[in-house]
Amino acid sequence: MANQQVDQGKRRFLIAATTAVGGVAAAAVAVPFISSMLPSERAKAAGAPVEADISKIESGAMITVEWRGKPVWLINRSQEMMAALVQHDDKLSDPKLEVTTQQPAYCQNASRSIKTNLMVLVGICTHLGCSPSPKLQAGNEMGADWPGGFFCPCHGSRFDLAGRVFKGSPAPINLVVPPHKYINDNLLLIGEDDKGAA
Amino acid sequence: MQKYLTGLLGWVDDRFPLTANWKAHLSEYYAPKNFNFWYFFGSLALLVLVLQIVTGIFLTMNYKPDAELAFASVEYIMRDVSWGWLIRYMHSTGASMFFVVVYLHMFRGLIYGSYRNPRELIWLFGVGIFLALMGEAFFGYLLPWGQMSYWGAQVIINLFTSIPFVGPDISLWLRGDYMVSDATLNRFFAFHVIALPLVLLGLVAAHIIALHEVGSNNPDGVEIKKHKDPETGIPLDGIPFHPYYTVKDIVGVSVFLIVFSAIIFFAPEMGGYFLEANNFIPADPLKTPSHIAPVWYFTPYYSILRAVPPIMNSQFPGVAAMGLSVVIFALLPWLDRSPVKSIRYRGPIYKVWLALFVVSFLILGYLGTEPSNVWGVFDPSTFMVGGADRATVVARIFTVVYFLFFILMPWYTSIDKTKPVPERVTG
Repeated sequence: MANQQVDQGKRRFLIAATTAVGGVAAAAVAVPFISSMLPSERAKAAGAPVEADISKIESGAMITVEWRGKPVWLINRSQEMMAALVQHDDKLSDPKLEVTTQQPAYCQNASRSIKTNLMVLVGICTHLGCSPSPKLQAGNEMGADWPGGFFCPCHGSRFDLAGRVFKGSPAPINLVVPPHKYINDNLLLIGEDDKGAA
Repeated sequence: MQKYLTGLLGWVDDRFPLTANWKAHLSEYYAPKNFNFWYFFGSLALLVLVLQIVTGIFLTMNYKPDAELAFASVEYIMRDVSWGWLIRYMHSTGASMFFVVVYLHMFRGLIYGSYRNPRELIWLFGVGIFLALMGEAFFGYLLPWGQMSYWGAQVIINLFTSIPFVGPDISLWLRGDYMVSDATLNRFFAFHVIALPLVLLGLVAAHIIALHEVGSNNPDGVEIKKHKDPETGIPLDGIPFHPYYTVKDIVGVSVFLIVFSAIIFFAPEMGGYFLEANNFIPADPLKTPSHIAPVWYFTPYYSILRAVPPIMNSQFPGVAAMGLSVVIFALLPWLDRSPVKSIRYRGPIYKVWLALFVVSFLILGYLGTEPSNVWGVFDPSTFMVGGADRATVVARIFTVVYFLFFILMPWYTSIDKTKPVPERVTG
């Protein structure tokens, strides 16, 4: 035995084959472990649409509802707020809504909404996911030229009452308008539109 | 009795290298005789590691990693569990003290050139330990499920979203849900109590094994192994780690424990720097606190993140700069071209750069704890910076200085005038 010639070619082949097969097995076993960290079926199912009654929101006020664990703002914009909305296009990063992923096609309009006064927004900053604080009134602590909107406490991003981001904010793009539709005049369904559930 | 014990030791030694290891790492590990107080922080880091593991084990006996129960279970530990408040404060204070000790330990390496040839791997293992420690701190901070836990995790996980193409999927995978939720808390608990501690222990072992292979550096930055006793082969400037440095370290441990106890008993929240006020409010996914900031040990890097403006509608450059500001330490062994190791024999140019780096680190650290409008805004008529937040402009300047310390190092260390290095340590 000891004097037998070692077949180097065969040895190399067996080492390579063993390594390759072992590597494929290790990679295959990694798949279930990595996949187990993705959202579970229950977490996916919890993303069901939610209904909200908008008849009780006073003019100039807002309410927050929870959809998929996120805050969704329903803002009943007053006449003055709507008038102010068109006067600061030059200060916005994307006044013409060119980043179309941020709102459904039916909100691709000047007020970013279905009903002109009622704004529906996901209250999560497009910077790093904090929830901006409402500063709905014009002026006051936000400075004399503040038209009313939202201020993110984390990194100072500013948005107007249509969720459009002001220039100079760390947030790169406008706030998201979620898919939504009106079941009747007072009842809003968030998370589903005529195209189906989001 | 003595005879039986010696007999037992012999029996063990025939089966396990107990005496051999004791000698190799303690009684016959020869360390330079000129260690100063900077050399306390390595053994203190080990002490804090043990404290964190022990207190952590006892905390898990009462903590519940469940979004519905986590906040209340921490309050339960604080109020109802016997001595629970002490164990919890030891753990939370220990986290901050870990970073105090490790930052001082790293600074020691910086000033005495302990990362230089032949100690590059010790330094790399050390950087690995530092990264694992940052992970431990981040995962652990979510567990009390307070407002700061929640929104801090939200911001940090969203940092990954900015990575081009795969970012959003990585964030979703890390969270296991569309928002930070129960699934996130549960997995962070797993990372915090088992995954990262194992990594940490492995890296600490590698760090010490590598150190004991090449031998310790010293404040003079000279190699004691160059001058050995011709008969015994023991370095002439070396003394056995045990008993000389074990006894010396007891002094360091005593002073450390006095400070540690004082914080635990008199200022466990450290004025909001060790435990932030907002974290005593349960997590609310619908409302971000009006001011959020990371715990102090992350603030220099957080300042760098905030200082870099979005480029081409992407936050990625800021995130990349923050990541780079941490991992750039790993490159030090190859950036430093000075013929000398220790600051004692370095020239004025290096000392100025080191001072600038320390100042940058401290100012960035301070600014990271404050909102970006803390110093108000420049007058609109000011040249170049009119209307900008003063603090943001200052953070940008010091971010540049921070990186220049590393990027220019090959240049300024090679042109700097150095003093002659002695053959033997200077005592």
